[in-house]
Amino acid sequence: MKTINTYLSKTVMDIKPSGIRKFFDLAAKMDGVISLGVGEPDFVTPWNAREACIISLEQGFTSYTANAGLYELREKISEYLYKQFDLQYDPGEEIIVTVGASQALDIAFRSIINKDDEVLIIEPCFVSYAPLVTLAGGKPVSVSTFGENEFKVDTNELERHITSKTKAIMLCTPNNPTGTVLSKKELEAVADIAKRYDLLVVADEIYAELCYEKEYVSMPSIEGMKERTILISGFSKGFAMTGWRLGYVAADRTFARAMLKIHQYSVMCAPTMAQYAAIEALQNNRDDVEYMRKSYLRRRNFIVQSLNEAGLYCHIPGGAFYAFPSIKSTGLSSEEFAEKLLLQEKVAVVPGSVFGKSGEGYIRCSYASSMEQLQEAMKRIHRFVESLY
Amino acid sequence: MKLSEKETEILEILEEDSRLTAETISKMIGLSVEETEKLISGLEEKKIIVDYATTIDWKKVDGHEGVTAMIDVKVAPKRGVGFDEIAERIYRFNEVKSVYLMSGAYDLSVVIEGKTMTDIARFVSEKLSALDSVLSTTTHFILKKYKHDGVIFDQDDKDKRIVVSP
Repeated sequence: MKTINTYLSKTVMDIKPSGIRKFFDLAAKMDGVISLGVGEPDFVTPWNAREACIISLEQGFTSYTANAGLYELREKISEYLYKQFDLQYDPGEEIIVTVGASQALDIAFRSIINKDDEVLIIEPCFVSYAPLVTLAGGKPVSVSTFGENEFKVDTNELERHITSKTKAIMLCTPNNPTGTVLSKKELEAVADIAKRYDLLVVADEIYAELCYEKEYVSMPSIEGMKERTILISGFSKGFAMTGWRLGYVAADRTFARAMLKIHQYSVMCAPTMAQYAAIEALQNNRDDVEYMRKSYLRRRNFIVQSLNEAGLYCHIPGGAFYAFPSIKSTGLSSEEFAEKLLLQEKVAVVPGSVFGKSGEGYIRCSYASSMEQLQEAMKRIHRFVESLY
Repeated sequence: MKLSEKETEILEILEEDSRLTAETISKMIGLSVEETEKLISGLEEKKIIVDYATTIDWKKVDGHEGVTAMIDVKVAPKRGVGFDEIAERIYRFNEVKSVYLMSGAYDLSVVIEGKTMTDIARFVSEKLSALDSVLSTTTHFILKKYKHDGVIFDQDDKDKRIVVSP
């Protein structure tokens, strides 16, 4: 037998494991850690949604649904997208219910990428985009954004990376890890480039419900962008349903049909019981979503001010539940900072470098934790920063 | 009373956790500590913030088990003062923990706490029923408290999330 590695696909071999893993392993072994490293809500799914799932099981709804998901759910998603974000998608042909937004991303990339097509990935960003592009046979191209500019998309930088092979722009707003939200004008600038160079946009708007700006604008609502955008979203963040693995993708029917082919052969359909819970969530959890949004907003205000007071400059993130302060003043790399902070003060954060080259010099602090924990964490971080001087 | 947005925010925050300091709250709502303290005192003066109470499960403390009863009271309202006068006569007793005017089959719902059932029986027969306006009482003893004022007594609130995730 050959060395066992040689049996593996070359593509998989070339993919690096996520840098988050290291901190997970380290933090998981320690006692008394306050974790600001969690990328999910601290709320449990509202009871009515959990109960709807239990009832669906009691009634025996344990079989497959249509490939694209229960029609009733797609109809509710369509109404919801219209009401909240002024988007119009046909529930029959333009919406697919997926296994989390992650699977939605996977089928989006696989449906549009030909071998060696390039996808511009605006960084710092969620860790899955580049590997998923690679797995789809494409080439991820990093486009940096900068702290000095609150991590808004730099259109010159974006344009500079466009080649004849460029197929799409991967955009996430509100962004994980920076919390940056793009305004209508800023989205229009990206849309303008997409139209000029005939590119598609994959828009990850999973954090759309957690926007603290006056107005949230969704990419496909920009004129002429619906036919160029694949919209990725789901229930994980806004509805506190991460473990249910339920997301969706909405796109013009040409794209949706292509994605449905991949979806039907790879997962058949999203879990049925989770779909019933989602119907209930869309129907009756508007107030809970708003309550959670408000709660995050107050915690954001607290953490941003506290980090600035501790000497870690932090822009005001317009959405999601992450603060992304600069640690450049300490002279440490983001990985060193995170590791020292964990060992010295038992606070877990994620080094910004995990989210792309332009995340170096920053750390991601999730504020999806109780005020009690956040207050203690801020005290420890303050003490830690002081110990460095 | 019409309140400002910041005042409403303070109320929502304190209702959830009354131990948060004015300093922390000021950061949460984006005001200075002084402004926040001023708003809080104002709300206290206006009796909008009535009290900062702690929910305690006394059942868990030896010697403090106690008994709680809810009593449905039918009364004869008086001209001019309606139910207010008799309600006041009732709520002045220390044993009485709450009094509500109700719609439906009876008039006042009275919650009483005592050390033993005998204490409560004595209160009902000697104090409550003896009041002129009280026509009848029906006493219900509480056997177990599961949830009180929005708080679940034996809630498992352990964080079940993994420590670090993307």
